[in-house]
Amino acid sequence: MNIIIVGCGKVGQKITEMLSYEKEHNITVIDHRYSVVSHLANEYDIMGVEGSGTSIDTLTEAGIENADILIAVTGSDEINLITCLIAKKAGNCQTIARVRKPEFGKEIALLKDDLGLAMVINPELAAATEIARVLKFPSAIQIDTFAKGRVELLKFKIPESSPLDNLKISDLSAKLDCDVLVCGIERGEEAVIPRGDFVLKQGDKISIVGAFANVTDFFKKIGFKPHNIKDTTIVGGGETAYYLAKILQQSAFNVKIIEKDSNRCDELCRLLPKTTIINGDGTDTRVLMEEGLEYAGSFVSLINIDEENIMLSLFAKSKTNAKVITKINRIAYDEVISGLDLDTIIYPKNITAEYIVRFVRAKNNSVGSNIETMHFVLDGKAEALEFKIEKDSPVANVALEELTLKDNVLVACINRGRRIIIPRGKDVMQPGDTVVVVTVSSGFKDISDILK
Amino acid sequence: MNYRLILSTLGKVLLCEGFCMVLPLLCGIIYREPYVKEFLICIAICAVIGVLLSALKPKTKSLFSKEGYITVALSWIFISLFGSLPFYITGHIPSFIDAFFETASGFSTTGASILTDVESLPKSLLLWRSFTHWIGGMGVLVFLVAILPLSGGSNVYLIKAESPGPSVSKLVPKVKEGAKILYAIYFAFTALEIVLLLIGGLDVFSALTLTFGTAGTGGFAILNSGIANYSPYVQNVITVFMLIFGVDFAIYYLIILRKFKAVLKSDEFKAYIGIVLISITIITVNCLSLFGNIWDTLRHSAFQVASIMTTTGYSTTDFDLWPQLSKTVLVILMFVGACAGSTGGGMKVSRIILLLKSIVKEIRIMAHPRTTFKTTMNGRIVDHETIRGVNVYVAAYFAIFVGALLIISLDNLDFTTNFTAVVATINNIGPGFNLVGPTKNFSVFSDLSKFVLSLVMLTGRLEIFPMIMLFAPTTWKK
Repeated sequence: MNIIIVGCGKVGQKITEMLSYEKEHNITVIDHRYSVVSHLANEYDIMGVEGSGTSIDTLTEAGIENADILIAVTGSDEINLITCLIAKKAGNCQTIARVRKPEFGKEIALLKDDLGLAMVINPELAAATEIARVLKFPSAIQIDTFAKGRVELLKFKIPESSPLDNLKISDLSAKLDCDVLVCGIERGEEAVIPRGDFVLKQGDKISIVGAFANVTDFFKKIGFKPHNIKDTTIVGGGETAYYLAKILQQSAFNVKIIEKDSNRCDELCRLLPKTTIINGDGTDTRVLMEEGLEYAGSFVSLINIDEENIMLSLFAKSKTNAKVITKINRIAYDEVISGLDLDTIIYPKNITAEYIVRFVRAKNNSVGSNIETMHFVLDGKAEALEFKIEKDSPVANVALEELTLKDNVLVACINRGRRIIIPRGKDVMQPGDTVVVVTVSSGFKDISDILK
Repeated sequence: MNYRLILSTLGKVLLCEGFCMVLPLLCGIIYREPYVKEFLICIAICAVIGVLLSALKPKTKSLFSKEGYITVALSWIFISLFGSLPFYITGHIPSFIDAFFETASGFSTTGASILTDVESLPKSLLLWRSFTHWIGGMGVLVFLVAILPLSGGSNVYLIKAESPGPSVSKLVPKVKEGAKILYAIYFAFTALEIVLLLIGGLDVFSALTLTFGTAGTGGFAILNSGIANYSPYVQNVITVFMLIFGVDFAIYYLIILRKFKAVLKSDEFKAYIGIVLISITIITVNCLSLFGNIWDTLRHSAFQVASIMTTTGYSTTDFDLWPQLSKTVLVILMFVGACAGSTGGGMKVSRIILLLKSIVKEIRIMAHPRTTFKTTMNGRIVDHETIRGVNVYVAAYFAIFVGALLIISLDNLDFTTNFTAVVATINNIGPGFNLVGPTKNFSVFSDLSKFVLSLVMLTGRLEIFPMIMLFAPTTWKK
C-alpha cells in the first residue's frame, strides 16, 4: 500500500518504524525539517519529502494521486485537519488525523464526516483510556481486550513465593482449575510463547487470556488481593490527566490532580468540577507527602519530562503499596526501563502507532478482511490478533491438534456467540467465530497465515 | 564496524562477478577459443571465495553510514582484483599490475588501456573487458540491492556511496524498487542501442562490445583505430547514446511517469544540453578548416563532445591534432563530466552549477552584507548540507588530483601527458593528450604510476569519499 505520513515527530517516527517493518508498504514521509526527513529516509526504507503537508505541491511530490492512506500527525490539530482535507481533494485516499485538543472533543463526530476522515486519533485520550483500564484491574501491568471487551489479555509479574513459581504450564489448569491460558512470557529480555513443558519462575512477566470472570477467579486463586482501587493521585495536569480524570469520575473514583501552573489549575477546576485540583509542584516530595501519598490507592505520573516521571514513580513505589503508572513519551531505553521496578508504563506514542497500524493492516486486506482487533504484547515483541473465521477458511471445522501451525503461534481463545472457549486440542474453529491468535511473527493478515 | 556483514556482502559481490564471467566464457566457446579452462578457473575462484565469504552470518544486520562506504570501496577493489584474473591467467596481460589497471579502468568506466595492440586479444577477453564497463556503469551494489533480499532500510547507505551526484534522491520509497527501475531503464537503452547498431550492419560481437562501452560510458574499443573505421551511421548512433547515458536516469523515470513539467524544471538537464550544444558549435567552427566539409566536422565534433562530456572516451579521429581552442574546450568538458545519477563520471554538471551559484551568492553577500539569499536548484532551495558537501568534494577532488600528479611525475614524462593522464583517470574518461592521446595508451607509465592511476580511477568513479574513508584512521578506530 502507498502510505504518506505527514509530520515526523515522536508519533510519526514510531508509525514509520512500525509500518516499515511490514515491508509491503511504500511509505513517504513529509516534514518541514530537512534533518528529520533525511534521518528517517536513511534509517528506514522509505522516501522523504521536505515541505509542508498543507501544500499541494509537496503532496503531489509525495505521490498523493496514488496514495491509499494519508496519516497526518503533526503537532498541530488544525494543520492535520487541513492536510487531510487537501489530501482528500487531491487524491483518493483514506485519511487519518491526530486531533488532540479537548475543545475538538465534541466536534469530532461532526468533523469526521464533513472532512471525510477515516479515523481520528487522540493520543492523550487513548493513553488515558489505557491507564483507566489498568486502574480498574490493578494487579495487571497491561490489559488489552478482545471480542468487544469480553476477553481480556493481562500481563502481570509473578511475585515471590507465588503458587505459580516453579509450576509447569501443563499442570496449571489441574492445579488451579481455572479456564485461562498463558500465552506469553517475558523473562529478562527474552519473550516467548510457551509450550506445555515451560516452567514458570518468579519474576517472569506472564500474559494470560481469559474471560473477565475467569481471570478474576484466577487472580484470587494465585493469591492476589482483589484490591479495589477507588482513588488516584495524578501528578501533572496535561491533556492526558484531564481525559483520565473525566473517565475515572464516571466510575466514582476520587481523583486528585497536582499541577504546578496556577492558570492551568483554574482551567482544570472549571473543566473538572468534581476533581480535587492541587496547585503545587508534584516533583516536590513534601507536597506529595502532604497530599497523603502514603495512603493513595494509585499514583499516576504524567509530567512531560520522562526522567522526572520515572523518578517520581520510583519514589512513590518506595513509599506506598499503591498501583503506580508511569507515562513515558520520548526516551527509548526500553531494556533499562523494564529493568526498573516500575509497575505499569504507558507509552502514548506506541498506543497511537498501534491504533494506526491496526487500521492500516485491516485496510490492507479489504478482500476477505478479517482482523478485528490487534494489540502489541510482550513488550512489543509479539502481536495478539483477533480474526473472524470466514466460511471457506482453511482452518474452519478442523480440530486444532490436526492443524500444523507455524512455530511460536498460539490460538489463545475462541469466541462463539456469547461463549468464550479456551481452546484445547479437540476444539475447532467454526465460521462466525472470532479467535485470538498470539504470534511473534509480524504481518499476519489472515487467519490462514497461522498455518505452516 | 560490522565486519561480518561487510565480508558477507563482499562475498555476494564476488558471486555476482563470477556469474558475469559466464558471458565471456560462452563467447569463447562460440568462437572456439582455447580459453575455456582459464575462464572456468576464474569463475571457480570467484565462486569459492564468494561462497565462503557469504556464508559468514552477521550478528546484527544493521548497516550504518561508515559500513556503507567501506563496503562499497572494498567491493570495487575486490571486483577489480578478481576481474583481472582472466587477463592474467590467459597470459594476454602478463603483468598483474597491468591487468589490474585494465580491469579497474573497465569497472570504473574509464576506458584507459595499457594494451598497445587491442586487436591481438581473443574475442572472449575483449567481451569481458567491455562487459566490465557495463557492470561498472550502473554499479554492482545497485545491482545487488535490486536482486538480493539484503536486510534493512539502511541499504540506502550502499546506494548513496555508489551513486554519483551531490545528493542522492529516491525515485520511489523502496530502495529495492528504485534499483530495479534504474536497471530496467539501463537495460532498455542498452538493448535499443544493440538493435540500432545491428541495423547499421555491425556483427553481433561488435554491436555488443561497443554498446557495453557506450552504456557504461566507458570507452574500450575493439579496434586499434577506435571508432574511426565505422560508418557515419554507427558513429552517429553512438553519439546519441553516449548523450543518453550521460543524463540523470531520474529524468527518464519522470518521462515514463509523464511528468514533463518536472523534467523541464531540471536545471542540470537544461545546463547539460546547453553545454553540449555550445561546445559542439565552438569546436565545429574552430575545426572547420581541418576537415573542410561542414557535415564531417559536425559529426566529429559532436561525437567527441559527447564522448568527452559523458566521460566515455571513444574517438573517431585523433583530437590531439585539433587546434588549441578545441583541445582546451575538451579538457574543460573533462572536468565538468556528465549529469549526477547517470553512468558518467567527472565532477557532474549539478556540482558545477552549485559551485557557480555559490560564487554568485558570495558576491551578493559582499555587496549587501545583510542580504538573505538562498541558492536554488530545480526550483527548490538547496540545503546548506548539500552545498557544504559540494565544496568539500571539490577540495578533496583537487587534493587527490595533486597527489596523483606528483607521484606520476616521478616517471619524468612531459607535463601535458601527466596532467591529462590524471584528468582522464580521475574523471573516468580514458584518453588524454600527448603521450596518452586518443591513439596512444598508458603503457608508457611505470608500475607505480599505473597502480596509483588505477586507484585514482576507482576513487573518481566512487566520487572520492568511499576510497578516502577506506584509508582514514578514524574509520577503523573503535
